[in-house]
Amino acid sequence: MSGDLVSVLADLKEKEALEIAQNRLAAGDDPLSILDDARRALETVGKRFENSEYFIPDLIYSGEILKEISDMVKPKLTRAAEVKRLGKVIMGTVAGDIHDIGKDIVVFMLDVNGFEVYDLGVDVTAQKFVDRIKETNAGIVGLSGFLTLAFDSMKETVAAITNAGLRDKVKIMIGGGQIDEEVRKYTRADAYGRDAMAGVSLAKEWVGSK
Amino acid sequence: MQKKWEELSPEEKSEEMFKSWLSPKDVKFVSPEAEKAYKERITRIKDAIQLKKVPDRVPVVPFIGFFPGFYAGITPEEAMYDYDKLYMAFKKYALDFKPDAQIGIFQPGPAKVFEILDYRLYAWPGHGVSPYHTYQCIEGEYVKADEYDALIQDPSDFFERVYLPRVFAALEPFTKLLPLTSIIELPFTGGNLVPYGRQDVQAAFGALLEAGREAFRWGEILDEFDKEMTESGFPNLLGGATKAPFDIIGDTLRGTRGIMLDMYRQPDKLLEALEAITPLAIKMGVSAAKTAGRPIVFMPLHKGADGFLSNEQYKTFYWPTFRKVLMGLIDEGLVPFSYVEGGYNSRLEIIKDLPRGKVIWSFDLTDMAKAKEILGNTACIGGNMPIVLLNIGTVEGVKDYGKKLVDTVGKDGGFIMSSGAVIDEAKPENVKAMIDFTKEYGVYK
Repeated sequence: MSGDLVSVLADLKEKEALEIAQNRLAAGDDPLSILDDARRALETVGKRFENSEYFIPDLIYSGEILKEISDMVKPKLTRAAEVKRLGKVIMGTVAGDIHDIGKDIVVFMLDVNGFEVYDLGVDVTAQKFVDRIKETNAGIVGLSGFLTLAFDSMKETVAAITNAGLRDKVKIMIGGGQIDEEVRKYTRADAYGRDAMAGVSLAKEWVGSK
Repeated sequence: MQKKWEELSPEEKSEEMFKSWLSPKDVKFVSPEAEKAYKERITRIKDAIQLKKVPDRVPVVPFIGFFPGFYAGITPEEAMYDYDKLYMAFKKYALDFKPDAQIGIFQPGPAKVFEILDYRLYAWPGHGVSPYHTYQCIEGEYVKADEYDALIQDPSDFFERVYLPRVFAALEPFTKLLPLTSIIELPFTGGNLVPYGRQDVQAAFGALLEAGREAFRWGEILDEFDKEMTESGFPNLLGGATKAPFDIIGDTLRGTRGIMLDMYRQPDKLLEALEAITPLAIKMGVSAAKTAGRPIVFMPLHKGADGFLSNEQYKTFYWPTFRKVLMGLIDEGLVPFSYVEGGYNSRLEIIKDLPRGKVIWSFDLTDMAKAKEILGNTACIGGNMPIVLLNIGTVEGVKDYGKKLVDTVGKDGGFIMSSGAVIDEAKPENVKAMIDFTKEYGVYK
């Protein structure tokens, strides 16, 4: 099976992508280079999503294929990947809201685009966000929320970060469901994103990477 | 001689359903004014739907969730556990706000029932979310990727012995039962009933009976509420509810991730399953609406929104069976009320393909001018009052937006003023402004 893993995976050809990865492993190829190709393919997927060629199912499917390749390759790794990370991002769904699908897609897209992501899960209290900012020194915080009740939780979280004296150390982005510019103003976050790639763009902009 | 129901055309059935809604049985209106208001309200909504004539004014029907509870000062937990408080709150909302229709008090649901059955599919106030937050679905793959054949072959059996035992922990012993369709003659009967004697199965049936008694108690309160509201002049908008087959499988059976992967990995199985549950989705809406004697069938739509599928995927996986459900309802004289969460800009040209004056599309984040342009000649559209505006905006902001909606989308009828998404913790003055402004400014001259 010949073919370029980057383009095959970017085209979401699951079987072919797995075969190529398998063959490259068998041929003694560096497992890290396979992973790196897979990651580059996912960057292409993200770009196609930005261009409205791809939609949410494509993101989810590409993530699934990436996971399969990782699972295949990881046992063969002899050294840890030394990925140069663009920056740290803390992500979580705010207090009172337990929706995770949107948040998970953002976490995943940030990760494949080179960010170190701390995923705090769902129903995350303001205090937990504050504690994790202190622990990790992350410069970016992403607040997710699907319910309209999340508007207040987001506002409270931003206020808690401010009260902890951390507001000028972090950039805060919000997203999910009904979130728009009005909600951004209400919560006093720095920006909002309509979808996962908008979140990636914001994060890149904030760390000074294009 | 009067024709039998089966002999009526969809058009005639529809007229019968509206007639039954207009003249509810066993109702004594509190006053002639209440009766007049009741009929005017329904006629207004009917005219907006049918596109035969312009209504007297734009009907306004906010789609409320827990809003009446927040407004009346009870928590979501109280709304789900204390039926008297629930009743009081929703009544206060209807009488204070006077919308053109109310939607009953079913939405919060009877939490005691969920407790008895140990419901795992949702977190609700006091059970996974705080008393001050609304219930939320816990998505998962409750149906596995390799279970399509079982679902397709016999959906009811699959629900009884596989799916429901997974989402209601108290019904787990139902996995021990045998298919009821095996009971076909005497020698087959005894053996197939044996599992019903098991202690764990009997306990599960005990829980189901207890849950049923609780649901019945709750249902009586719902009926009482509808009766009182009807007699006071506020019709219940809804006759029943159902869903698009893609959402049925994607929301609570396979989950978002599951169904999206199935589109790539086993598209034929998914299509077959969608077809298999389509008649059941139709039946769900038809039987409820006929029992209620009201034509409008609520359909909350989720996974067909802009971005969730490509147009190609929408046309392949979502629309064909969704359209069959819509047509199945229309053929029985009913009015599907599609409640489109998120955006639907990329789907407008596709969903245009339906008979004229038979459906309501309530939009959320869709471009309403475009929706009016594409659907305006064939369908009633509504919604789009931004939930963000209702929650954190101002009265002036609501009025400005309402004016824009009435001017563009309300032009020449075919429009119902409503919120884009379900209203929970909105500012009461904003909800009031949406209703009062529409009544004042939305009059057709």
